[in-house]
Amino acid sequence: MEFGLSQEQTLLTDSVKRFLATEVPLDRVRRFAVDQDDRDIWAGLAGLGVSALLVPEAAGGVGLSCLDAALVAETLGYHATPAPFLGTAVAAPLALTGSRAGAGADELLAAIAAGEQRIGLAFSEAIGARADAGVRSDGHTLSGKALFVIDCPADHYLVADETRRLFLVAGNAPGLARRPFETIDRTRITGELRFDGTPARLLSDDPALLARVLDATRVMMAADTLGAAQQMLDQAVAYAMQREQFNRPIGSFQAVKHMCAEMAAALEPCRAMVWYAAHALDHIPEEARLTACHAKAHLSEVGKMVAKLSTEVHGGMGFTDLVGLHYWFKRIGYNRQMLGAPEVLRLEAARAQRLVA
Amino acid sequence: MAMDLSYGPEYESFRGDVRQFIEQHRDQAPRGEGMRSDKALAWQKLLIANGYAARTIPKQYGGHGAAPDILKSRIIAEEFASAQVSQGMGGQGISMLVPTLLEVGTEAQKREFVAPTLHGEMIWCQGYSEPGAGSDLASLRTSAVLDGDEWVVNGQKIWTSTAHLADWIFCLVRTEPDAPKHKGISFLLFRMDTPGIEVRPLVDMTGNANFNEVFFTDVRVPKHQIVGQRGDGWMVANAILGHERDSLGSPDATLGRLNALIALMQTETLAGQTLMDHPVYRDRLMQLQGRMMALRFNDLRILSAKLNKADASLARMIVKLEGTELRHALEGLAIDIMGELGLAYGNNPMKRDNGSWQHQYMFFLGLIIGGGTSQIQKNIISERGLGMPKEPKFERPGAA
Repeated sequence: MEFGLSQEQTLLTDSVKRFLATEVPLDRVRRFAVDQDDRDIWAGLAGLGVSALLVPEAAGGVGLSCLDAALVAETLGYHATPAPFLGTAVAAPLALTGSRAGAGADELLAAIAAGEQRIGLAFSEAIGARADAGVRSDGHTLSGKALFVIDCPADHYLVADETRRLFLVAGNAPGLARRPFETIDRTRITGELRFDGTPARLLSDDPALLARVLDATRVMMAADTLGAAQQMLDQAVAYAMQREQFNRPIGSFQAVKHMCAEMAAALEPCRAMVWYAAHALDHIPEEARLTACHAKAHLSEVGKMVAKLSTEVHGGMGFTDLVGLHYWFKRIGYNRQMLGAPEVLRLEAARAQRLVA
Repeated sequence: MAMDLSYGPEYESFRGDVRQFIEQHRDQAPRGEGMRSDKALAWQKLLIANGYAARTIPKQYGGHGAAPDILKSRIIAEEFASAQVSQGMGGQGISMLVPTLLEVGTEAQKREFVAPTLHGEMIWCQGYSEPGAGSDLASLRTSAVLDGDEWVVNGQKIWTSTAHLADWIFCLVRTEPDAPKHKGISFLLFRMDTPGIEVRPLVDMTGNANFNEVFFTDVRVPKHQIVGQRGDGWMVANAILGHERDSLGSPDATLGRLNALIALMQTETLAGQTLMDHPVYRDRLMQLQGRMMALRFNDLRILSAKLNKADASLARMIVKLEGTELRHALEGLAIDIMGELGLAYGNNPMKRDNGSWQHQYMFFLGLIIGGGTSQIQKNIISERGLGMPKEPKFERPGAA
């Protein structure tokens, strides 16, 4: 019995960490927040194999597991990394390999692995469509509107319609219009898509495929929050040790160090939870839905608490733009709201156990 | 290391053996009979003989003498818990004193005390906390002065569980009043019927009196009944506190309570609707299930780290704090969802699940405080886990 990470997994995350530590310092995040251009970062990550993680070896990828991807997601969150990871490196490979997509799928997978294709994620309408949105399809074309599209603009989009069918739409398809959807999180690009008889390729009409892709994406967002919250905790501890008031480091006051202990105590079990939920995606399918819902819901609650407490430990500085802590605060908030806020996920968790109809 | 959550065929076959044993013998297991009952004593003997209690303790000291195997111990705990069959005697003698004696006791002490303790023939209480020494245990003042071949003990202990039932006490006393506070303590063992001991029960908020105040007036203890050397008592006691922290807040027991709460919410109705169908209550249940899940996976990580000699020290450090707080919240949720019915207690025939929700709600508040308060746990996590500085010493105004 082993519940831990392999040496290969540690080596993989170490290489990504090294890259991000030098290439994505806070200044780089700030620049992205203005120009929204992450091409150099994604090219570098693709060079390390991040875009190819879940692409099968036969299609030019490295064919690793969802746990490997979750560990990378955690590292990306730790550095508030701007990168089209969720749609391109996670959702698209799982959707394409899980469907009978036929002609062109392998080419697209190979292009994803090479870092040459970006895939956006339009799932919100299948989770709960707003009054003025919703995606309908006749099986060949799409019409309607998808809100809250992750990693948008992109070269292709994965789109779920109201009946939980999964489609692939080219970014330059006729009848497709794109608008930005500005969010609090400037480390990610979000958009809105309008479809008007837009040609779309049906990847699967089995809701189970959408469920699997959605579960995996949610676990990655939970992992991202784990990393982001760990960053905020690390910064809080470092600041509390260095900042002095009343002739002593504020970290020697119990009021301050107990806040740090509360963050660590809540966050540390989250690590095992993310590992388990990611492992379940590949190896314990009967638990995958439940653990994915709980992992994202629970990490969202713990992340919210850490985001608040870490900011408070920094005092007035935490509230400023100077230390840049707010990038992680907002990223944790994004992970919380997108693809199912905690209350939505907990209802799904109850349903997965048949506790409610 | 890597992910492999199966225990493997050897262990699954062992699990089968445990299940078969439980099935065949469950009628013999005590259910609420006292720890001195024939049934409890016989069950304890049977468990030791089959290796389900005192498993790794050497045969010459009354144990079963099996090689340590973390997974087998885990499987035994899982199977007995899920069958809701007594896993044999607990208590501070078995869980705390025995491991300590095996670690630091003399050969004579091991021979004299370990076997009868394991077999339930010698019941112990723990004399640590004092009215003036709680979280700051090392400031304890109960004294022991050597007079010829005997220690003479004077002072008072408090929160002493089962002192009214115990045959013996393991007790921290100050023997070196001039030494620094951590270096002046010794660890003594003595009989509870020694003249000069008075036990006064202390009723707790649940209405029970499981712990006591214990008063010592010129209690004479043979000189050789000391564990470790004079002044080593703090070191001896700390090994035991480590044992206690590991066992408080275990997520396995919380899982059983969560399942009981689910059953309650599925059967109890309010205005024609089951409590499970009430969205607010259900959401709160799911919140706690998420927290519990995280702690259960954390427990798997700790188990795996033990097996594979990997580091999971922070994961281990948070168990008591998070586990007891979660359990208290879970018991409290059951009370909340029952509304007025949640108040039923004592002999009230309306109470649900034998009144256990109110009882456990209060009992776990006691465990949040006992065994190192939540605030002490946060000191430990921040200082040892996060490397933050200790609180500076307070200089009393006017002190030299």
